[in-house]
Amino acid sequence: MTDLPRSQHIVASGLVAAVGLAVVTISYTQEPTAAFLFPRIISTVFVVLALWTFGKAALGRTKVGNGLDRRAMISILPGLAVALIYVFWAAKALGFYTASTLAFFVLLSLYDPAPHGVGKTWVRRIVITAGFLAVMYGLFAMLLKVFTPREIFF
Amino acid sequence: MEFLAYFGDVFVPVNFGLLLLGTIGGLILGATPGLSPTMAVALLIPFTFRLEPAQGLILLGAAYTSTVAGGAVSAILLKIPGAPANIATTLDGHTMARKGQGARALHLSFLSSAVGGVFGVLLLIFLTPVLAQWALAFGPSHLFWLAILGVTVIGSLDSSSVVKGLLSGCIGLWLATIGFDDIMGAQRFIFHPSVSGGINVIPALIGLFAIPQVITMFAKGRQRLDAEVLSVERHPVGQAVREMGRRTRALSIGTLTGSVIGLIPGVGGQIAGLVAYDQSKKLSPEREKFGTGHSEGIIAAESANNAMVGPSLVPLLTLSIPGSPTAAVLLGGLLIHGIFPGSDLFDNHPQVAWTFINSMLIGQILMCLFGLYVAGLAARVAQVPNAVMAAVVLGLAVFGSYSVQNSMGDVYVMMTLGTGMYFLERFGFSAAPLVLGLILGPIAEANFIQGSMIATATSSVGLYFFTGALNLLLIGLVLVSVGYSAWMEIMSRRYTTKDDAIEKEEALS
Repeated sequence: MTDLPRSQHIVASGLVAAVGLAVVTISYTQEPTAAFLFPRIISTVFVVLALWTFGKAALGRTKVGNGLDRRAMISILPGLAVALIYVFWAAKALGFYTASTLAFFVLLSLYDPAPHGVGKTWVRRIVITAGFLAVMYGLFAMLLKVFTPREIFF
Repeated sequence: MEFLAYFGDVFVPVNFGLLLLGTIGGLILGATPGLSPTMAVALLIPFTFRLEPAQGLILLGAAYTSTVAGGAVSAILLKIPGAPANIATTLDGHTMARKGQGARALHLSFLSSAVGGVFGVLLLIFLTPVLAQWALAFGPSHLFWLAILGVTVIGSLDSSSVVKGLLSGCIGLWLATIGFDDIMGAQRFIFHPSVSGGINVIPALIGLFAIPQVITMFAKGRQRLDAEVLSVERHPVGQAVREMGRRTRALSIGTLTGSVIGLIPGVGGQIAGLVAYDQSKKLSPEREKFGTGHSEGIIAAESANNAMVGPSLVPLLTLSIPGSPTAAVLLGGLLIHGIFPGSDLFDNHPQVAWTFINSMLIGQILMCLFGLYVAGLAARVAQVPNAVMAAVVLGLAVFGSYSVQNSMGDVYVMMTLGTGMYFLERFGFSAAPLVLGLILGPIAEANFIQGSMIATATSSVGLYFFTGALNLLLIGLVLVSVGYSAWMEIMSRRYTTKDDAIEKEEALS
């Protein structure tokens, strides 16, 4: 295992162990006791396994999981940022259909292997995005009659 | 023979239409690399809300069956397994297609899938009612141990590390306790208003299975799918049927191996296909032909991965223990309609249970019939760029999660769990035990509390939960499942990650 995954393993298992410690602390300190009886059992096992995993990572004995290499991280970052902005802000602020259309078009433009400099590529992307919007509207607004947050433009 | 009484319900126009829709849609989705059967079924759940329970289950069951079979299309024509269950199919299927016999490979694949699938569903039909009646003898302590068994079996068998698998299960069990406690009404772990009502299973399932796939597609960057789609020439179906008749050994090995593996919770179709392929090769007098486009290789692998579909539902429908991640998603589909598996399902909702099971039987035949015709189209769909697939799946995940309760909180939960799961998977954690923990957590807790109350009134908690033949048997199974997997891990120094396992299998070809 290279140093990069080892340090990543320490961070990842450290975070899981921290959540485990928080859960076990809450389980054993919150009242009423009866409501936390089951969480206490679960959290005890949780924290033991989490600390075991963290200990193995710290000692460099982790055998599973390749972590994330720099290239994958760079590829993921723009898409993940768009997805997070779409879900946690745009969907409510702009409306589901507007936000989904924008997110779809941006993601398509970011990850589509077709060359950006060709006009036909952009026309194709706009047509695919329009098709996506039509299908989503047909499925969720017309077929399932899902009431979504108000759209900013209509 | 109670199932015969409900056979006609499958052919009611709406039910049959949904069966056709699920089958054809599933074949196309299954052929698309990166869209696993579990994810396809999870994304379909929101579409079943407005349907009758039986109709919703017909759609989900058809999609489950046909996505597994549809994965063979891209395995054969593109050398990219549509699902992990189709890895073994690439070994001989793609080689046969390269020789200009793609149609023959597809015919053999769908025919053997149908034979294996029908046998698996027949097992489901005859085993389920017997086990469901047996499950009536289960008290709260047994049901508690059963739920724990479900988590430990999947945690230890479905994960590349036993400790991380069990830890994933514990995280799922903890997530299930978030919200208001059912008995005292106390708030537990409510750290954000989005989870004040607890974590809804459906958005969680969608997030845990769909979002990691979306991020995996992002990780590939602006990559062009350069896989060559091999052409499908005409090939008489009758010839494939006669060839199947001559390859009964491979068909029997595949069907029996898949059925037995399907009954073991947590093992799954990938293992079924590979074990059947391996056994068929060992027992064949023509073993040197395996890997060169030999029909026995396709027949064994495809009959096995579809034969496991029916039996994987036996523990789900009788004991509420899903046998596979996809079965766990189907359990979610049952629970949203207020239906609990077990004797309740067969005693109080026989029409739902039997119509669903019968539809899976008919679905196997439809899958075979349509598979032969949809294959060419499905192979084209399999070439849809990653960018489009990722954006479509993300959109469906957001809309699907929101539509459960018209709540943005569910969308936030879906995205948070899914993003977290992607990173956890990179470090050897697994989604399946986490999902099982989330689904079985409320069952385990409710029976634990009920059992504790009975124990306080009658004996001690220790005596109630740790004595009695059935309790001891279940505790023994929990220990055996963990111990066996730990032993296997130490002995064989198992593969590093699931991706590595897939790469190893591809390298084999």
